[in-house]
Amino acid sequence: MRHLLSTGDLTRDEAVLILDTAAELAQVGDRSVKKLPTLRGRTVVNLFYEDSTRTRTSFEIAAKRLSADVVNFSAKGSSVSKGESLKDTALTLQAMGADGVVIRHGASGAAHRLAGWVDGSVLNAGDGTHEHPTQALLDAYTVRTRLGRLEGLRVAIVGDILHSRVARSNVLLLTTLGAHVTLVAPPTLLPVSVHTWPCEVSYDLDAVLPKTDVVMMLRVQAERMHASFFPSVREYSRGYGMDGARLDRMPRDAIVMHPGPMVRGMEISAEVADSPRCTVVEQVANGVSLRMAVLYLLLGGS
Amino acid sequence: MRAQKPTPGDTNGGAEPPEAPEGTRAVLDGSEINRALTRIAHEVLERTKGGHRVTLLGIPSRGVPLAARLAERIERVENLAVPHGSLDITMYRDDLRTAPPRALGRTEIPAGGLDDRVVVLIDDVLFSGRTVRAALDALNDLGRPRAVQLAVLVDRGHRELPIRADYVGKNLPTSLRESVTVRLAETDGHDSVLLGPARPQRRTGAEGEES
Amino acid sequence: MPDTHGPHLIRGARPLGGDPVDILLADGLIAEIGTGLTAPEGAEAVDGEGLVALPGLVDLHTHLREPGREDAETVETGSRSAAMGGYTAVHAMANTDPVADTAGVVEQVWRLGREAGYCDVRPVGAVTVGLAGRRLSEIGAMAKSAAAVRVFSDDGICVSDALLMRRALEYVKAFDGVVAQHAQEPRLTEGAQMNEGRVSDRLGLPGWPAVAEEAIIARDCLLAQHVGSRLHVCHVSTSGSVDIIRWAKARGCDVTAEVTPHHLLLTEELVENYDPIYKVNPPLRTDEDVRALREGLADGTIDVVATDHAPHPVEAKETEWSTAAMGMVGLETALAVVQRTMVDTGLLTWADVADRMSAAPARIGRVADHGRGLAVGEPANVVLYDPAAPYEADGAAMVTKSSNTPFRGMTLPGRVRATFLRGAPTVLAGEIK
Repeated sequence: MRHLLSTGDLTRDEAVLILDTAAELAQVGDRSVKKLPTLRGRTVVNLFYEDSTRTRTSFEIAAKRLSADVVNFSAKGSSVSKGESLKDTALTLQAMGADGVVIRHGASGAAHRLAGWVDGSVLNAGDGTHEHPTQALLDAYTVRTRLGRLEGLRVAIVGDILHSRVARSNVLLLTTLGAHVTLVAPPTLLPVSVHTWPCEVSYDLDAVLPKTDVVMMLRVQAERMHASFFPSVREYSRGYGMDGARLDRMPRDAIVMHPGPMVRGMEISAEVADSPRCTVVEQVANGVSLRMAVLYLLLGGS
Repeated sequence: MRAQKPTPGDTNGGAEPPEAPEGTRAVLDGSEINRALTRIAHEVLERTKGGHRVTLLGIPSRGVPLAARLAERIERVENLAVPHGSLDITMYRDDLRTAPPRALGRTEIPAGGLDDRVVVLIDDVLFSGRTVRAALDALNDLGRPRAVQLAVLVDRGHRELPIRADYVGKNLPTSLRESVTVRLAETDGHDSVLLGPARPQRRTGAEGEES
Repeated sequence: MPDTHGPHLIRGARPLGGDPVDILLADGLIAEIGTGLTAPEGAEAVDGEGLVALPGLVDLHTHLREPGREDAETVETGSRSAAMGGYTAVHAMANTDPVADTAGVVEQVWRLGREAGYCDVRPVGAVTVGLAGRRLSEIGAMAKSAAAVRVFSDDGICVSDALLMRRALEYVKAFDGVVAQHAQEPRLTEGAQMNEGRVSDRLGLPGWPAVAEEAIIARDCLLAQHVGSRLHVCHVSTSGSVDIIRWAKARGCDVTAEVTPHHLLLTEELVENYDPIYKVNPPLRTDEDVRALREGLADGTIDVVATDHAPHPVEAKETEWSTAAMGMVGLETALAVVQRTMVDTGLLTWADVADRMSAAPARIGRVADHGRGLAVGEPANVVLYDPAAPYEADGAAMVTKSSNTPFRGMTLPGRVRATFLRGAPTVLAGEIK
């Protein structure tokens, strides 16, 4: 593994190795010295073209726990939204000797492009509406930790599939790891070729829930309403929002996940968000261990 | 718990050992390993004045079953439950950048932690000393033991660091053109120590690693 | 600019791929055709052995970028590139800066083309002022200018307002003009980055659905027939579009259509590495579309091959996909790509190629002295093409000022060896003059 650009690039063995490594590294957070010397002398650049304090902070903590030098290169703003700047920035980072670049960018494929311009490893921390591999990996890790396995589990991903990089990464990864995925959304929020994806599709959340071990709720932006993806927030919530009644329709040990930030009242009710069956806080904690694992596996070797 | 479930070490290394592979010869057999561990258990008790503060930490992969066997022997001799666990040193290695990333072993620190304990590190083969150096670094981040000691099944010499073992199962003079392989019932199906020609590259995890 | 010249005697070339003959070019005309011709005094001999002779190619769809984007191409560099590809006339699209929506701009482009002298540059006039799609530009003034504009297009932007399109179709009738439509329903393609389908869904790139092209073509065919005008459809890219045009022609609509070389060869899978060298509008489509486009060109549903030569500076392509410019250079590779996709596959003869790349585009664009065939007395617009000279395409080695060729690294089957514009060699021995 040189880069982590898409979960579709991971074999089952590689994905399992990442999860196993994360499980070992999770202990570091409980120690008095929360640090390992592994990446001492290595430089990790956080190159964030989009605001995402939580993801950036998670990567930063992960890199620091491995003793890497971390440089935050916040590139948000109009002057760098032009393409020239991404390449120029890449060459600058290259010249500065970055061993790894964690990139968050609004353009799908930005991480792929960057990987062609730098010698170091590129970690895709979310590119446009394409992928968000570490989110999918930490989701898989969270499921495995909670339910003990992934093979054969029934996972429903609910919400704005069309615009979701989290959904794309999860469909690919969960399928690789042997889970059965069902996408649930109004037809307007599903890609036109979704029938060719390795998963099931449903428009009816209530029908899917009783046969679901894990439900992943995606954030739905209210702006989508103005582009007529759905008529109103209320109608969306009625059809696809997770509330207490729907939680009761699920098997007893089923869990509810959310990549955050949640929009309470839109895709998830407060009752569900605060329920012990909702893993949203766990997901954040697991994010650090998972990202440590990825950083170690990408940058720790020769 | 250990009493109801005899470890393979008690039964002379489990299954009948197969012939040593082509080009290698056995330098220790199951019963010799057994006797060496029993002796080390006695020495630990003697040196630590009854072993009351002792915590045994095996270094993966083959140090871990050795630690478990030592704990079992100490319990049998002294009727004293000795905490034991494992300490993975992968993230502290000084040669990480010479090979692709290695899978991590388990680190399990027994309840109660390491502060003020006499920690006995256990590994299968002592060679360059670099593994032990890494283990000492790892310990540093986990607590502050009262003392740290080292037990190894085989000391093959060729130290590259100022490190020595407190307890040695067998001193085995070797050439750098030779390799030492430890096989244990828990990981390999039977107990033996083999001496053979050096492997072209250092191996990780799967077989007894010299370091 | 090519030098003054004397007669040229081409020896042993194969007109339209037929039997080898000698062709004498003198005084700007094809003076003689036959075997064993004697060279007149001062005639330069050109070895035509193994070369296919075609009438000079005519491109209905070229972006020369001047005025405004001289960093990407100028009229001079673009017309040199055209000559290198075997073209003797090109239609320069209107989306320059300023837009070619007045007699002044089209005359400037026309004059720059004359001064460069590598091929006849026929400016295309904008349909609407500033390509803004709100009111008609002074079509009459451009038609009556020295540039004598006959093709009008807002290319790059669709004339999406149905009423405005109707008016444009009606209005150009007075000048024997044609509206060349860039068929792209704008609301269906907001933010569109590539063909909508399996690949766009996986790559997370907003899709450009085939229906956005087909719906406009269907509407425009019906409008053109209703008002009795000529319609030309730019860069047809989908199998559905081919069906619609076939249907419209069958019911008597005066519609013509073009396909680009890249849509005859390349498919959307190339986008998978997010390299914007493959970003183009309309986007690369599927295998099925490529098959339908080839069939459509073969059976005459699609009348011409037009390059949509769209040069861009390096920095417009060395970027993330969504900010990259759309377009590909194509003048210098067009004939080779047509050979590979249409001739070598048995779909077209060289005579058909002469029709699709010279006669038909000249007819649609009302370019009098081009596309006339290889006969004694015709203007000496001739290209000599070697169909057995495979080479690896390389943008840096091209004559165009830009290098954004999607064929880079691909082996193309042949090259232009010579181009004559009214008897003057613009390319000789494979080198630009």
